[in-house]
Amino acid sequence: MATFIVRRLIAAVLILLAATFLMYNMVAFSGDPLEDLRGVQTPQTAQLIEARIRLLHLDVPPPLRYFIWLGGIGGCFIGQCDFGMTIQQQPVLNVLLNSMDQTLRLVTIATIVAIILGIVIGITTALRQYSSYDYGVTFISFLFFSLPIFWFAVLLKQFLAIGANDWLQTGAQIDWWVIVVVALVSGLFWMSVLGGDPKRKAITFALGTLAGGLVLGYMSMSGWFLNPRFILFGLDFSLLAIAFLMLSVALIVTAILAGIKNRRSLMIGLGVAVVGIALYYPVNYYLFNPQVVPMNFWILAGLAVVTILVGVGAGWVFGGDNKSVNMKIGGWTAFLVGAIMVVDRHMQLWQAYSQSGYIRGRPIATIGASNPGFSQSSFFVQGVDAFTHLLLPTIALMVISFAGYTRYTRASLLEVLNQDYIRTARAKGLTERTVIVRHAFRNALIPITTIVAFDIAGIIGGAVITERVFGWTGMGSMFINGLNQVDPNPVMAFFLVTGALALLFNMLADIAYAALDPRIRVS
Amino acid sequence: MTTNIPQTNEPHVTDAEANLELKEIEGLSQGQIVRKRFFRHWGAVTSMIVLALIIILAFTSVGISAGPVRIPGWWAWDWTQNPRPVNGGTPSWEHPFGQDSIGKDLFALVMRGTQQSLMIMVLVGLIGATIGIVIGALSGFFRGWVDSVLMRFTDVIITIPFIVIGAVIGSTFGKLGAFVLAIVLGLFSWTGLARLVRGEFLSLREREFVDAARVAGASNGRIIFKHILPNAMGVIIVNTTLLMAGAILAETGLSFLGFGVQPPDTSLGLIISLNQEAFQTRPWLFWWPGAFIIVIALCINFIGDGLRDAFDPRQKRMPSERAMRQADVAAADAAALRGHEAEDPAFAAAADGQAPGPDARAPRAEGDTAGDRGDRDRG
Repeated sequence: MATFIVRRLIAAVLILLAATFLMYNMVAFSGDPLEDLRGVQTPQTAQLIEARIRLLHLDVPPPLRYFIWLGGIGGCFIGQCDFGMTIQQQPVLNVLLNSMDQTLRLVTIATIVAIILGIVIGITTALRQYSSYDYGVTFISFLFFSLPIFWFAVLLKQFLAIGANDWLQTGAQIDWWVIVVVALVSGLFWMSVLGGDPKRKAITFALGTLAGGLVLGYMSMSGWFLNPRFILFGLDFSLLAIAFLMLSVALIVTAILAGIKNRRSLMIGLGVAVVGIALYYPVNYYLFNPQVVPMNFWILAGLAVVTILVGVGAGWVFGGDNKSVNMKIGGWTAFLVGAIMVVDRHMQLWQAYSQSGYIRGRPIATIGASNPGFSQSSFFVQGVDAFTHLLLPTIALMVISFAGYTRYTRASLLEVLNQDYIRTARAKGLTERTVIVRHAFRNALIPITTIVAFDIAGIIGGAVITERVFGWTGMGSMFINGLNQVDPNPVMAFFLVTGALALLFNMLADIAYAALDPRIRVS
Repeated sequence: MTTNIPQTNEPHVTDAEANLELKEIEGLSQGQIVRKRFFRHWGAVTSMIVLALIIILAFTSVGISAGPVRIPGWWAWDWTQNPRPVNGGTPSWEHPFGQDSIGKDLFALVMRGTQQSLMIMVLVGLIGATIGIVIGALSGFFRGWVDSVLMRFTDVIITIPFIVIGAVIGSTFGKLGAFVLAIVLGLFSWTGLARLVRGEFLSLREREFVDAARVAGASNGRIIFKHILPNAMGVIIVNTTLLMAGAILAETGLSFLGFGVQPPDTSLGLIISLNQEAFQTRPWLFWWPGAFIIVIALCINFIGDGLRDAFDPRQKRMPSERAMRQADVAAADAAALRGHEAEDPAFAAAADGQAPGPDARAPRAEGDTAGDRGDRDRG
């Protein structure tokens, strides 16, 4: 494995070298970097041109200038990074460091959300093949495939940001007919996803419609969208809702991984959830209190690891004779319970955030990656701020790759379900859950890993467009500005980061492929 | 007894399937089979009709303008004319799609943009497919160092996101017009197809018919073009359609960013880009070009889906599970009744058509391996 990774790394570096050489020359030959200076005739023009030529080494022909640039990049290995200067005489490295964070955050979140949603919906469509749900999702994914991302982004800006802000400002009440339509749609959705005989379908439909209608009606009446808390008679009963949510998460995780009839697993899942509920107030008053713990991303990530380890430990201690499955249940439940707490901590701040002076009741942002007014605020306020800014670009970016993932997952799961070993598993009398989760799903994942790698390139390209529409000053705008001014250095910095990211994901996909599929030998 | 009578028609559902199977091996050529299957896919057929209508509309309405050649169309306005804005440019009888802020007729603009998009789509598809087939075929067939060199070259190009390389190309060649832009875009769009064709060739060259051809003394060129390539045609055609749909979106995206088609010429992406701020006041400037992009891309994607179903017999669409279950029940009933009702013409027909019993039912998920493979390297 080690030799495989080393070989792939060397190949990746060589490919990146060739690709950067190609890009550098294409950008350098795409126009005249002195055009803006040549247009004006002032006494200093000659001087300015001379200065720019010296700054950007324009007297060296591009193929050779590439090696000057490469030498600067090579300096990174000895601690002296030099990405060159932009045409405005700023070091590219500073520009890059300022913009990289936003773009990578956008790309990563969009990718992860698209993968999770795409795989879940792909699996359900494959299991309900040729149902109306399947056909509906198929059509929608075709539609998403054909959406021009910039057009969709402008639509989002109009309806989901401006429209939603207007709606939030005017009291966030939902019209009764919207509630009815959404309730019916949710009923139909659950009916076709859960399936069964007509009687069961009718019951599912009724329950789904009722639940959807009640939840939405409550949300509308209590102004949930203005202050997402569960308030009854003026008292905050949010813990009740959260407890319900955590217990159902534990139930779902157990149902997927071990089956609800497995008492021991169910107890472990529910036990982890109960621990989470018991810790709700301590965590909120101490751990998530910025005056007690100066929270940042790394502490949160560390807490997540600790939480998962505790869950896994619970599965190990109480796991009985089925330790591995119970450890998984414990770990997943603990992670999701913790995630609910983090989300809830943000939701507590929503009302204060949207009524603050910088926001004035119009929380969904259309421009920029963050609101500078909150740069001194606590981690969680900044989290809410990041959410309102990331929401629209992430949806715009996600939509296209989401369509790809659903189609792929569906196809791959259907192909696996048709294999002989699935028939054997069914013939042995295994439950449908075991067949799908243990035998089919894992093998269906193998081909999906490869398109994740492919998709990264598409998402980065989409990020360039999305950043433009939403006015982010990320790497995409650095790329576009550099290209417009025939300035190879920022363009190359953009490409170096994204190209390295694409190659990294490609390599991870190869490794994952080898790890998932024992038929593939990587030596 | 009477309850069974309505069901006696059901076996014909499976008969139809069975008859189709029979017809497919009844001396039809590959092309005929593919055409037959394609025309059964109503989504693809509808898309083809819609696409044809759009092509006719786009090229007849505002005429053709290619270099010095200028053929006027039947539409009153041109995309270069600036008539006086009527009523603030809202859609009217005179200007059904409305007018933009300086009075240009939006219908003429959109039609011209559609022409550009279609031309770019076809050129990128043709050029990309040709290069992709040649490179994929060479590296898949000869393997060894040819394969290594060509595939490393492909890796280099594929590392650069298409929209990024397209922007670089556009900033160089965009001024030279959409035609040149399309050709250069095509020169960089072949990578995904080359990989797929290589994969096809790698597996096909190990098959017996290739050995047979070689033993019979066929040259390498003949084996590649006459024996392997026709068998890889399905994958190639399907992925070329996907490439074309991607090309439309890439072109509009590039024009939106300002690296595609440049004024005074126009394109669908450029119209949206120039008017995105006007969404509040003149939404029609935004809806029409967007709708045309989506409809064209959707048509191409559906045609690609139909072609995939047509080319790969493994991936045939199956009747729904319920229909098959009903057919099974009906067939079983029919089989039970056949003994004493064979004189009934309906049952006789069912019996002749080897009405499949429960065992004859196709495996549930046969095929439909969707093959949405084909990388979608696009923006």
